[in-house]
Amino acid sequence: MHDGNITIDSITKIEGTAGLDVTIQNGQVTDLKFIIKDYRRFYTEAVKGKPIIAVPSFLSRICGTCSLAHLFASLEAIEKSQGIELSQQSRLLRRLTYNGLIIRDHALHLYFFTMPDILGLESIFDIPDDPAAAGHRLLHDSFEIKKLGTTLSTLISGAAIHAPLPTIGGFLKIPDVEKLKDLLPVLEKTREAAIRGIQVFGDWPESLIRNSDYLALRNDRDFNFLDGYVLNSDGKKVPEEKFHDFLKSVVIPYSQAEGYEFSDSHEDYLVGALARVNLNKELLNKRTASDAKKYLDFFPSNNVYHNNLAQAIEILQCLDDSIEIINSLAITAEKPRQTLPRAGSGVGVIEAPRGILYHYVKVNDKGMVEDYDVIVPTAQNQINIENDLKKYFSANLDKDEETLRLNSEKIIRAYDPCMSCATNFLKINFIRR
Amino acid sequence: MVVGWFSFTCCEDSTILLTEMLNDHLVEWKKVVDFKYLKALKAKNSMDGGFDVAFIEGAVSSPKQEAEVKKIRESSKYVVAIGACANTGMPSSSRNEFIDEELNDKIRWYLSNFDYSAKVRKLEDVIKIDDRVPGCPMNPKLFLEVLNKYLVIFNIINKTNDQ
Repeated sequence: MHDGNITIDSITKIEGTAGLDVTIQNGQVTDLKFIIKDYRRFYTEAVKGKPIIAVPSFLSRICGTCSLAHLFASLEAIEKSQGIELSQQSRLLRRLTYNGLIIRDHALHLYFFTMPDILGLESIFDIPDDPAAAGHRLLHDSFEIKKLGTTLSTLISGAAIHAPLPTIGGFLKIPDVEKLKDLLPVLEKTREAAIRGIQVFGDWPESLIRNSDYLALRNDRDFNFLDGYVLNSDGKKVPEEKFHDFLKSVVIPYSQAEGYEFSDSHEDYLVGALARVNLNKELLNKRTASDAKKYLDFFPSNNVYHNNLAQAIEILQCLDDSIEIINSLAITAEKPRQTLPRAGSGVGVIEAPRGILYHYVKVNDKGMVEDYDVIVPTAQNQINIENDLKKYFSANLDKDEETLRLNSEKIIRAYDPCMSCATNFLKINFIRR
Repeated sequence: MVVGWFSFTCCEDSTILLTEMLNDHLVEWKKVVDFKYLKALKAKNSMDGGFDVAFIEGAVSSPKQEAEVKKIRESSKYVVAIGACANTGMPSSSRNEFIDEELNDKIRWYLSNFDYSAKVRKLEDVIKIDDRVPGCPMNPKLFLEVLNKYLVIFNIINKTNDQ
């Protein structure tokens, strides 16, 4: 296209509101802004002065889709501040219910948001209700996958969105193990749908290659979303409580969220499924590794579209991990481990569906929150998204405007960004650019 | 029945719940509901020609959002407030409780650099609403009842017809 501006007011098929402004002058991209437009709700400020018992469920309201991720990161931060160690049973149950989140959340992104791009359709509503139609099988696969994820989360946590049962030190109610065992045949059947999904997203030829750094949690034992240290592509390890020190805050004046740079390595970094599979693929469940073998050879990958494939592989991983856990699960009655409040601080770092999520809490001796901080994955990915788009636009200015618009939305969508998350934290170090 | 689904300041949990309800209802809803505006799922979203029913989740944080909400009201025969933030303001209106003198520079910077209203308001404080589906996220059974109520009003299903 010729010189001028491309403005996308509101990018569709993502969570929340984001826009894009691109300025092209003399055949060059002179300005490009990925703009997060959701309004802030200042939740990390709102929890100050509140008792810790009320905080995790309040902060789960940061996000409608990865509610459980905020809940668990907050619980971990508070438990560490209080010196509370979870029982092995509570750990397993959190892991199992969290698998349900990853399964449902990834499937929503892959099938409802991204699949229409693959089929060349505007939306899932355009898939005809005809078993012979392209996408019909996948759409119905996605219903089954999402439902299973929701059921898995709900049986243990009481709900898939804003779950009421997880609490400081464990669970308010212990799940019925028989109902979990009843899920085993459904899990096995859903594996077949998940494998079909891996093929579809793995065979999608879209490509945008860039040399970003990748950051993910890793624990050297298993493929784990809840437990580990932060690892980058150079092999640098950061314990989770030090993660914040490795980030420097950069305020992006036109955006209602902040971007981050990992202070000592590459110019930008990416978090999320692509980073996790790049760094941890040898830790995947054996059955997953075997059934996804052909596509695992793509990793480590620098193709941002492989974030979709990585998500599809993680759905299978979470199914296989859940089958293993349920097969050996024995549940005994136990109460949450809770103590008298004490002064302290704690950090909870977990892998949300979209990448590393950091919660920090400082508690006083009355058990009231004095300070709170949250760093979400989409804010970390914001700089990476802009740099990807700069590369894409610079290389494709000969294309017509409609193609540029369509493809820039596809690139942004590949990150599975979540804007409601991205605007709900306040950073302590504040550098105006 | 022409429907619009809109999200303002909130966590969009009711949108996520709606995408979950599609697991069971997509095929039947496609026959009776035209989702003309649903940005979470569609690339092309239009307000042209207006809506029979607009579903709005989220609270109203800014003059810009206020103008958008009023435009939806003018374009819609019925408006339904979806979820806790649209119906009560909370938890998105938490900042209404902040005390001015205690606000730190950072919050002040955001409030002054973007077009935030002084207070976050629930939907009914800005426009007239016809129905509510409360809950955090919305109660899915109530949503089905309200949806069916309007399908009856617009003569798309019979009262006895169980959707």
